[in-house]
Amino acid sequence: MQNTSLQLNQLGQLKHFLDVEGLSKELLTEILDTADSFISVGKQQVKKVPLLRGTTVVNLFFEASTRTRTTFELAAKRLSADVINMNISTSATSKGESLMDMLRNLEAMDADMFVVRHENSGAPHFIAEYVTPNVAVVNAGDGRHAHPTQAMLDMATIRRHKGDFENLSVAIVGDIMHSRVARSQIHALKILGAKEIRLISPETLLPPFIENLGATVYHDMRDGVADVDVVIMLRLQKERMQSALLPSEQEFFNLYGLTETKLKLAKSDAIIMHPGPINRGVEIQSEVADCDRSVILNQVNYGIAVRMAIMSMAMAGQNQSSLSSISDKGGEK
Amino acid sequence: MKSVLIKRARIIDPSQGMDRVADVFIRDGRIENIAENSIDPKSIIDPENILGPENIIDADGQILCPGFIDIHVHLCEPGQSQKGTIASESRAAAGSGFTKLVCSPNTIPVIDSPAIVSLIQDKAKEAGYCQVFPLGALTQGLAGEQLSEMYALKEAGCIGVSNGRRPVKSMALLRALEYAATHNLTVFLRPEDSSLSDNGCVHEGYMATRLGLQGVSRESETVALTRDLLLVQRTGVKAHFSNISCAESVELIANAQQRGLPVTAGTSIHHLHLTDSSIDGYNVQCHVSPPFRSEEDLVALRQGVADGIISVICSDHHSHETAAKMAPFAVTEPGISSLDSFLPLGLLLVEHNIFSMEQFITAITHGPAQVIDQPLGKIKRGEIADLCLFSPRREWILEPSTMLSQGHNTPFLFQKLTGKVTATWLSGKLVYQFP
Repeated sequence: MQNTSLQLNQLGQLKHFLDVEGLSKELLTEILDTADSFISVGKQQVKKVPLLRGTTVVNLFFEASTRTRTTFELAAKRLSADVINMNISTSATSKGESLMDMLRNLEAMDADMFVVRHENSGAPHFIAEYVTPNVAVVNAGDGRHAHPTQAMLDMATIRRHKGDFENLSVAIVGDIMHSRVARSQIHALKILGAKEIRLISPETLLPPFIENLGATVYHDMRDGVADVDVVIMLRLQKERMQSALLPSEQEFFNLYGLTETKLKLAKSDAIIMHPGPINRGVEIQSEVADCDRSVILNQVNYGIAVRMAIMSMAMAGQNQSSLSSISDKGGEK
Repeated sequence: MKSVLIKRARIIDPSQGMDRVADVFIRDGRIENIAENSIDPKSIIDPENILGPENIIDADGQILCPGFIDIHVHLCEPGQSQKGTIASESRAAAGSGFTKLVCSPNTIPVIDSPAIVSLIQDKAKEAGYCQVFPLGALTQGLAGEQLSEMYALKEAGCIGVSNGRRPVKSMALLRALEYAATHNLTVFLRPEDSSLSDNGCVHEGYMATRLGLQGVSRESETVALTRDLLLVQRTGVKAHFSNISCAESVELIANAQQRGLPVTAGTSIHHLHLTDSSIDGYNVQCHVSPPFRSEEDLVALRQGVADGIISVICSDHHSHETAAKMAPFAVTEPGISSLDSFLPLGLLLVEHNIFSMEQFITAITHGPAQVIDQPLGKIKRGEIADLCLFSPRREWILEPSTMLSQGHNTPFLFQKLTGKVTATWLSGKLVYQFP
């Protein structure tokens, strides 16, 4: 697949991180292992390692985000990189300067890595395709397509709390249609060999043929969460109420909100996850979000380590490919 | 004007059921003679036109047909000359064997006044590659509200009216069709219920889900088509559906034709080749409207052409500047610069026995001629010599440097294609020659 070749160098190492789809189990495991080794960095008094010292990371956020941008910024800083944050409204790029021109300008300032969030699916792929060699692109969420660093931090969380993926049943609940998180989670769980992936949602919030990704669809949440090991709740955007997708928050909560009653149907040691920010009383009951089986804040914590792992691996992959292209040129002479 | 003797070409003219090898002699813009027995150049006595070797074409192994007719092409001018001009795009059309083009009204300003019609006709005449027939706007400014001055547009030379891709509310459409019927104008419709399309950019299928792109459901086409057919039935207007994309649409059209409605349909050459799997990896060159659909739809469209339900294959040519495609998929402009590769893509379907050579040529000559109600350049004594000569086995590679269209936006770039137009005559004048 094109995405795969775009994000790997000739040695099969990561040089961009755009999408989980198409990556190997070994590579995902390497990301998780590397992330594990970075978790301790956050516990040190001096929370820094020098892996990206001297490199410039630009957080290019075309869509508002505080949390994701902050964790990327922290991850880059803990790797000793210099970080620039750019919050750009997409209207600015569509009306005046084109996305291409903006990229060329940033490249001229010798940026080494772009962390991109964009409302259009495929925008990071587009950037990766046209960016100058040696610049790494990390997808921080594109449209409803992919949010691969979120999916990897979710996998890190599941692995730390549940161990191997082979015996796990995972339920993903809520607005699958508009969720880049759900799509990346499904790919990651599939690649890592999860036993079963269940999607729980009304028909209006399910994209067509989603089961082709290797998941089973449930409309009734009580059937869907029965005996699962992991329950992942998705955020429901308020604007979905206005677009004839759902009748009301109340009805959604009654049918698809995670309550103590519904949680009882899952395995007794099932963990509860949510990519945040949570809507208490819409997709999750407040008490459930705060209970001891909820690992929502652990996700945030692992998020920094996982992003450190991905950024350092992509940068190393870029350096590796530029080294081999230099040696190729040497060979020609 | 030079006389030309075309020797030993296989002549295919479906309008007369003609498929034979013969010599054709063209003089003064018309076909003067067709002879099965070889015409001896020396037998042609004309002191003003002495036939030298440069006037004699050995067309052995080549096919001679009436000049092709493309009734769905965007010429970009006036208003978007960064994408292409009437001169550049009609030249590309001549290079693909077309001698008649029907251009869409979505120019800037739109074709809703006789002045714009004249401007386009003047530019086309000045360029001299093809006869260009503009479509007038169905509503003023294509805004879908106020009727355009259809009678004045017809007088100025519009052969039909259309609202292009722009939506028209049901009541305005009913009135517009009634008014078009009053003036015996054919309406060119593009069925799309924009509220069901939901700003989608690709077919609503697995690929849309995987890539996270907003899908356009088949129902956005079929619901609108059903409405349009009912309004055609009520008004009796002659209607052509320029570019249908779904299997169900073929059924709806077939049903309407069986009931005797004055309805014809077309599809684009690329919709007969590509499905939504072509957009994998965010291939912006396959961003078109209507979108490429599933394998079943592709098969149904091909069968529709074979069965004659779809009587027209168009190019839906849409040349773009590079910047129009340099963006994330959903915000790129839809359309393919498809004229340059048109003939080989059609011949490939003949090669694969999807339909016969005669059926293919019918769908780009006789079929569209009937829709626009224009005399076709027949290959017959005394007829105007609008002709296309092509070499069906010649292999070549589609490269930006040799493309005639100003836009190089095509998914077929750098592919090896088979079949090349070697000469095109417009009223006996050689307007394109290869090599």
